[in-house]
Parts: sequence; structure tokens; C-alpha cells
Amino acid sequence: MKYIDEFQDPELARRLLDDIHATVTRPWALMEVCGGQTHSIIRHGLDQLLPDKVELIHGPGCPVCVTPLEVIDKALEIASRPGVIFCSFGDMLRVPGTGRDLFQVRGEGGDVRVVYSPLDALRIAQQNPDREVVFFGIGFETTAPPNAMTVHQARKLGIPNFSMLVSHVRVPPAIEAIMSSPSCRVQGFLAAGHVCSVMGVEEYPELAERFRVPIVVTGFEPLDILEGVRRAVRQLERGEHTVDNAYARAVRPEGNPAARAMLEDVFEVTDRAWRGIGVIPDSGWRLSPKYRDHDAEHRFSVGGIRTEEPAQCRSGEVLQGLLKPHECEAFGTLCTPRTPLGATMVSSEGACAAYYLYRRLDLPAGKAREASPVV
Amino acid sequence: MDLEGWTCPAPVRDRPRVVMGHGGGGVLSAELVQQIFAPAFGGEVLAQLGDAAVVPLGGTRLAFSTDSYVVRPLFFPGGSIGDLAVNGTVNDLAMSGARAAYLSCGFILEEGVELDVVRRVSEALGRAARTAGVEVATGDTKVVEAGHGDGIYVNTAGIGLVPPGVDLRPQRVVPGDVVIVSGAIGLHGVAVMSVREGLEFGVEITSDCAPLGGLVDAMLAVTPDLHALRDPTRGGLAAALNEIAAASGTGVVVRERDVPVPPAVANACAILGLDPMYIANEGKLVAFVPREHADAVLDAMRAHPLGADAVIIGEAVEAHPGMVVARTGLGGTRVVDLPIGEQLPRIC
Repeated sequence: MKYIDEFQDPELARRLLDDIHATVTRPWALMEVCGGQTHSIIRHGLDQLLPDKVELIHGPGCPVCVTPLEVIDKALEIASRPGVIFCSFGDMLRVPGTGRDLFQVRGEGGDVRVVYSPLDALRIAQQNPDREVVFFGIGFETTAPPNAMTVHQARKLGIPNFSMLVSHVRVPPAIEAIMSSPSCRVQGFLAAGHVCSVMGVEEYPELAERFRVPIVVTGFEPLDILEGVRRAVRQLERGEHTVDNAYARAVRPEGNPAARAMLEDVFEVTDRAWRGIGVIPDSGWRLSPKYRDHDAEHRFSVGGIRTEEPAQCRSGEVLQGLLKPHECEAFGTLCTPRTPLGATMVSSEGACAAYYLYRRLDLPAGKAREASPVV
Repeated sequence: MDLEGWTCPAPVRDRPRVVMGHGGGGVLSAELVQQIFAPAFGGEVLAQLGDAAVVPLGGTRLAFSTDSYVVRPLFFPGGSIGDLAVNGTVNDLAMSGARAAYLSCGFILEEGVELDVVRRVSEALGRAARTAGVEVATGDTKVVEAGHGDGIYVNTAGIGLVPPGVDLRPQRVVPGDVVIVSGAIGLHGVAVMSVREGLEFGVEITSDCAPLGGLVDAMLAVTPDLHALRDPTRGGLAAALNEIAAASGTGVVVRERDVPVPPAVANACAILGLDPMYIANEGKLVAFVPREHADAVLDAMRAHPLGADAVIIGEAVEAHPGMVVARTGLGGTRVVDLPIGEQLPRIC
């Protein structure tokens, strides 16, 4: 695939790395906001190639990881009901709720289906008019527009048996929460390119100014990430803190106006709990009252489900960059992808899973041995 | 914002029921076999846990294998459940060095399936058997009620003789062995996914489903001293390499850029958030070959139509025993682990 190969060219990567090595004079801590970036960094071993002085901190941008336990439990409850077809993207199926996951619901006879698009779920609803079809609408600004459009379509086409369990989250309030924490050590951000391709960058200058951090809009291929790091480090070395778009091939400053209009029509901003982190004001979207008929939470009366998260895992600290995955006592022992304590170990974009899958060679010997698969 | 008390949830540790991942060829599959089947059945041969069992019988060594096929849809670009039912079992035997001689074939048919579909699957199965040079010698048919199956399930078992002097086992792999893969990976899994899920990837991707007995013969003709062969089916190349690393106690290093991933497969995987190393193949093998024979074996493979694109992708090493490590194109390293269950398409 030529297009991807070009963004994985070893020679160009070497030049970027040389530039970064030549630029850095002091230690800097950068946070990549998106789980897709974390995955790419660890999968390609980029963190091993950067100067020791550049530390990459993994941010909260894995949509699977941050979906609250309460919402997972609501999904499990709805998916267990007779007559329901519960549709979800694949990686939500393994995320543990209280005591079980969607795979288990399917094993118990629930009709849980993996779809690749919310529109697939809408089609299933059209084909099964005597069943209730529910789509699990989670994710950041990236997945929100197609989900909004699907609800809009359901209403327009008059498909009464389609509803959505919505738990969307927004990135800028999360950045604000991270920077407001007294223990925050992040000095610059690699903002998630696909989020900005939808929302644009207008929410970022105020954040960059208020917290005096450079924010570089960054893509997901290895060269994108190295270029993002290069620009962030340059700013830090010069004492600058501006918003810089290093992903101009996909991101326009105004974002995607059509997608934003659809979001505004279908969703409204709400406070949202982030799994492992807690409630962040104005950090989520829910269906607006106009679309209440298609709100699964309302239709299945699961609004009352409240869940206490037991204090067994430290993924909240991982999600905020306060702890590296392998620094957690449970990493690779109590907590593995097979027996995850937290969602960061479940999702392939989760920082803990990425460390477990790809980085065991670099861990202390004991940890690496413990992390070997039990087969 | 106060960070104290920011916590995360309790796990799903034990699954009281079977989930799809138990059949995915990864950690859950292995646990099922090791914790339930093997203790219940006992037996020294089974404990070898090879794709085919090699047993002494009447002065010869017999290779014996069985597999069930539950693919959906029944027909896909490049093959059908009939082709798979032959090639899968023939290839399991070939990985022990045996040329399949006879197959059994068991059909489990769902009430209501069209006889024309049964006929087409049977004809495909017969054609595949003739291509592989194997005879279907016995069979069985059962019918289950409507709603209790996916139209047609097929089970095949096969037997063949292991030639004298041939001893293919992961335990024979030693540091220094060269790892060869016979061609492009990921084609079968993506081909099936494209029709099953109705996904369009711009170009049609055709399954690599093929019998590998002839290719293995060509390799053994160069040297009977191959150490281990695997056909990387469920769990893909990653699972095959991990199984050999775990059984041999050696480490495996793979140069990621040398792993032959066709652009169409890379493209599909990029869209779905899947890793080509974990995608199933049905007509490829991975070989662990003593270094001194590697060039000759590679030449022999490339002279065979099913090995024309064979390449060396890595080697067995003393470091990190039992673990597979990829050297990335940019010079980093990453561990390539056994999959947990099924690969799950990512959300974004």
C-alpha cells in the first residue's frame, strides 16, 4: 500500500529522528492524546528510537478504555433482554462490566453482533422489524458524526425499532482536566489528528495559551508521529506554546462543518464519567431531547443503573500519564489481556495492552517473565 | 482535579460458558485443550499436541489428523468449505512430513439447506481431493434441525505415511535455524471476511486455499532434515511462530519488512485495525530449517508453484526463549504474542 508505505519510510524516519536528537537539550514530557497514536508508537518501537530526554506519556484517548463501567453494565443489561439485537464494534465485546462482558452475554444466548458501521445496525433494524435493535455508540469526536447521522437517518426513515446507547466523549475537556491536575507533568500535546479533522482546531489555542503548552495536531503513521514530536520539541526548546497543525493533509482549521452540524443537531454536551478517571464536566455528548425516542437508555429504562468501581487497578493514573503501565504492581501478573483488571489492558489501543503486547523485552526481567503467555 | 481514588474495574476472569475465542486458535483455545480435553482423554500421543499425531503402526509411522470446518459463507473467493475440508486436513498431515493417502468425510447438514448447495460443496470437495492426490475412503451424514447449524458443517480426518528419516517437530528447532514462509500471508482470512461481512476493499482478495503436500515433498527432496513445519491457519503467522517458540524453548526473531504482506491485505487490515500477522492462511507454510540447508530449501520452494514467493523472514535465537519478537521497519522491536481469542476490529 503505497500511501501507508510512504509514511513508514525508514530513511525519512531517520532524518526526523536525527533532527529531534539534534534539537533536544533538556528533558521534555509529551502526551499523545489518542490510543491509536500510542498503539503506533509502541508497535513501531518509536519510543525506543527517540532521545532519552523525550518522554512520551500515553493519554486518555482510547475510547474503549474510558467508557465507564456504568455504561458497560447498561449495555450488558440491554443485550441480555429477549427480543434485542445488540450491535457493537468488535473491541467493546471483551471489555469487562461488573462480572461479565458482551461475549459472555452472547454465550448465554444474547443476540450480540459485531458491526463495522452504525449503518449496518440500522439495516439490521430494517430487516428485523419485530426486534429491538440497539447500537453501542461510543468513542471520541471521530466516531460521533457517523453515529449522529445514523440516529438522524433512523428518525428520517421512521425506523422505530432502532435505538442507540450513547457514551461519546470529547477531547478538549479531557486535556483541560489533565492540565488542571496538580500532579500533571505533561509539557506538550500531540493532539489526535482524526478528532481535529472533524472538530477543527479552534478549541485548542485557548488551552495552549492558558496552560502554556504547545499542541501539535498529529496523525497516526510513524512519520506523522515523529514529525509531531519534532515540532513539539522545537516549540518547547524555544519556549513557545502555540497550536501547530502537522497533519494538514487531513485537518482543516475549521474541521468538517457538515459533520459538526450533524453533531449539533443530534447531540448535546453533557458531563461524562471517564472510566478510571471520574466525571469531567462537559466532556461528553448524549442524544438531545429531539431524539429521545432513539435513546436506548430511555427506551430500556436503564438510567437507574449505578456502578461502584472497586479500587483494584491504577489505569486512571495510566490514562493521565502519571504512571507507566509496567510500573503498576499488577501489570503482567494479576493483570494481563487474558485477565484484565482494567480496560486499558483490554482494548488493543489501551496503553497497558500495548505494553503487554509489544514492550515486554524492555521491561525488568521479572516483569517480562511474568508477562509471558500462559500456554 | 483530585486524582485520589481514580480507579478501574474488576475483571472478567473465568468464563463459565464457551465463547467464540475458545475456537480462535489463541490462548483460550490452548486453555480449552490443556485444561479440559487433554486431562479427560489422557494418552501420550495427544500430549504432543501437534496438528497431526505421528504414531508407529506395523513398522511404519502413520500421521493421523482431523479437523472440522464451520466457515461462513460456504463459498468465498478462491474456494469453498469443500476445498477447506480437504486442504486443511491434508496440510495438517503435510506439516508432519506425511503425504495424505485417505480421508474420511463427515457432513452435518442443517434441515432446509438446498440439495444443490450440498452437491456444489461435495463436488468442490471431490475436486480438491483429486488435486491433492488423496482418496475420500469413508464418510458419514447427520442432519440437525433448522436453526441448529450454518447450513453445512464438514469434518474430515486423514491418514498418511511419514517417510523414513523425516522427523518434523517443534522440539527439534534450535537457535540458528532459519525461518522461511512460503508466500504472501493473510489472503484467506481477508477473503472470507470480505464476503462474510460484505466489506469492499477495492480489489478482490482471493483465498490462498491449496494443498501443500507437493511443496513439502519438494522441500524434503532437498533435505529430510527440516526441523519443523507449521501451516499458519487460525491465529495466523503469529500463532504458528509462537507455538513453535513455546514448544522448542527458543526465541524467534522476525524482520517485519521481510514478511510478505500483499498490499490488498495490508490495506484491509489498516481499515479494520487488524494485524496481518494474526490473519488466517490456508495454503501457506512456515518452515524452520537448519541454516546450512536454508538456501537449497528456499530454491526448491521457489521452483514449486505454491512456494514461488517463499522468503526468509527471520531466525530462531537463544535470546528471549519462547517469545517471538519482530524487528520493525524503523529499527525498533516489538513482541509478537499469541492472540488471546479472536482478533477484534477496532473502533477507530
